[in-house]
Amino acid sequence: MSTFRTCDITGFKVDNTTEKLFRLNAVFAVVSLLIAALGAILLVFTRWQDFHVLSSPWYYRIIGLHGVNALVFWIVFFEIAGLYFGSTVVLNSRFCAPKLGWLSFILMATGFILTDVMILSGNADVTMTSYVPLKAHPLYYLGIILFAVGALIGVGLFFGNAALAKKEGKVGKTLPLFTYALMAAAIIAVLTLLSGALVYVPTFLWSLGLVESIDPAWYRLVWWGFGHSAQQINVCAMVGIWYLSVRLVLGGSSINEKVSRVAFLFYILFISIASAHHLLVDPAVSSTWKVWNTSYAMYLAVLASMIHAFAVPSSMEAAQRRLGHNKGLFDWLIKLPWGNPAFSSITLAIIGFGFIGGITGVIYGMEQTNIIVHNTLAIVGHFKGTVVIGTTLTFMGITYYLVPLMFRRKIVAFKLAKIQPWMFFFGIALLAIGMIALGMFGIPRRHYDIAFTGGPFTYDFNLASGFVWVLFGLGGILSFLSMLIWILIIVVSVFFGPRVNGPQDMQLAIAAPLGEETTPHKRKYEAPGTLVLTIIFLVTFLVFYFLNWKWLAAIWEIQ
Amino acid sequence: MSLEAPPSGWIHKKIARDEKGWIIAATVVCIAMFFWMILWHVYGKQNPSSVTYYTTPEEFTSLTNSFIEQNQIGEDNGIPVVMPKPESDVFLLAQMWRWSSVIVLKKDEWYKFHISSKDVMHGFSVQPINMNFMVFPNYDYVLDFKPNKTGEYMIVCNEFCGIGHHLMIGKIVVIEDENELANYGY
Repeated sequence: MSTFRTCDITGFKVDNTTEKLFRLNAVFAVVSLLIAALGAILLVFTRWQDFHVLSSPWYYRIIGLHGVNALVFWIVFFEIAGLYFGSTVVLNSRFCAPKLGWLSFILMATGFILTDVMILSGNADVTMTSYVPLKAHPLYYLGIILFAVGALIGVGLFFGNAALAKKEGKVGKTLPLFTYALMAAAIIAVLTLLSGALVYVPTFLWSLGLVESIDPAWYRLVWWGFGHSAQQINVCAMVGIWYLSVRLVLGGSSINEKVSRVAFLFYILFISIASAHHLLVDPAVSSTWKVWNTSYAMYLAVLASMIHAFAVPSSMEAAQRRLGHNKGLFDWLIKLPWGNPAFSSITLAIIGFGFIGGITGVIYGMEQTNIIVHNTLAIVGHFKGTVVIGTTLTFMGITYYLVPLMFRRKIVAFKLAKIQPWMFFFGIALLAIGMIALGMFGIPRRHYDIAFTGGPFTYDFNLASGFVWVLFGLGGILSFLSMLIWILIIVVSVFFGPRVNGPQDMQLAIAAPLGEETTPHKRKYEAPGTLVLTIIFLVTFLVFYFLNWKWLAAIWEIQ
Repeated sequence: MSLEAPPSGWIHKKIARDEKGWIIAATVVCIAMFFWMILWHVYGKQNPSSVTYYTTPEEFTSLTNSFIEQNQIGEDNGIPVVMPKPESDVFLLAQMWRWSSVIVLKKDEWYKFHISSKDVMHGFSVQPINMNFMVFPNYDYVLDFKPNKTGEYMIVCNEFCGIGHHLMIGKIVVIEDENELANYGY
């Protein structure tokens, strides 16, 4: 029989199993993030060759460690915690199968430890992508497989919880938008994890000598079905949190839920095979295959993000205008609660995801323009924009709500928490833009020495790159410091923070829902300020779009 | 609401005119980008090729060796320098951690490159023009190149290929006239 407490702040029923598993998964998420961050600062000071702190074997090892902890462990542990939260607490429902929840956690934790131990002991110097025929120790692949199986069970439990809530009458015909977004994430997670199994199981057998060989082209195709789709889980969860935070902070919602929900449906339907954009300069697949599978004639997954790009800010604008901030185009924007660290994190994440990650992602993901960026640092800069500013900053931000609500502790050093998201945003933005500029100079990613000391020839990359490396380094330092501040605030709050005994201890506002608008407004447009912002975004996109095609047109002719 | 089920009638709610306008604009851009890629194949001059052959490391190594034998004009730091004829096939083998030859090309002439790997994956990245392609073992990637400027170009490996990855650098020299060979020491 499951037991629960009723939250005295939100009124939600919190199942005991959910609370325990949520806390454990969240703690492991933060541990993974710490490992990733420590790796990151070592990598920054190695690539910035004025310092070059790591030896070459350790550089490549830490590249793998950083990648797998940042992109897989931190994010998936956090998402599993979020899936449990969204399928029980938000629905006032109970956890369907507690024992399986524990099994999932044990598998994931074992996989996480095994993988990291194999990397650090030098048994898996293959970087995160582990492209065959580079070979790691079998236990490395086994670690990933155990983690993925655990995560798959966790995703299954999300569906189980939702079905149970439905059966017991806790939800009506329609899920809340936040849980709906998580449902989209969970569906993509199933496809992702199955692709993961499809590629890692044979590779594991191959590393044991039971399978003779793995085709490299096949490996890249299926691996990216896992690697890219995994990022689409993040996008769904992240956008879901964006809507959630507008609800928590302002009481508002999407100005048209139908539109927002259709956009999530596009993610499910059109992203999985769109991971083809990782193979744009590969042999073995034709141009027809590349053009079709990156775009499906109309880039519907990109369109989905464009829809959210209007829907999320317009939900803020509409709510603010109803709350009385109705002057001119941007009064609502200025009067947003910028001092709320959860809200500022999320809003900065939206800006960074769109302007840095989104613009570069769409342009670099086109067949021909990919030629001038593939495997350069520009690609890394792109996903610093999507995964680090977008997903990670969003997850970090919402944690400021989750610590008081799910760990029942106050946030310590709250004033520091207010500036932390801004530090992180500017740090990663500088790092990402630096990387994009370095990539434009042709500087490769995952490369220990761009002076090629000891090679048959030497080469000096564009002299201006020296200045950009300094920006890159400063961005790295700033974001690392703000990451440490966040981890310290969260860890100290969770273990030593003052207890939360009721709504009076909440440092962050939870707004009452605004509900349906009873008296229609007299504006010509629902969200005129948002419209202007999205037009600025579109113009910025088009400028970079044409610049990249111009740069492409300057290189050798290729056919 | 994000935490509550939407109010009844949500599915019939009309889309606001600004949101509708934005969605239409975004859709037009998305469709245009698809056709742009196709049109670039027709009017543009930089398109990845669709031609790939299966090969084996043994077969490709022997093709590369005979290509070097037929076209070698010298040596640069222990690496053979070759000068293939315009319009001919050029075989470039990548392996841990070297490129099989330094290649001399003529400006404004087409060359049919065959690129493959002897061991693991590599990245064929030509600098400073910043042109990047993947190199696989067992696949012969056929790419036609026409250099548009004379000078010295470096082939950087930009796909991680093991512990000596950063030592892997090769060279392409583009000339207009054979007199220029001396400038490069060949």
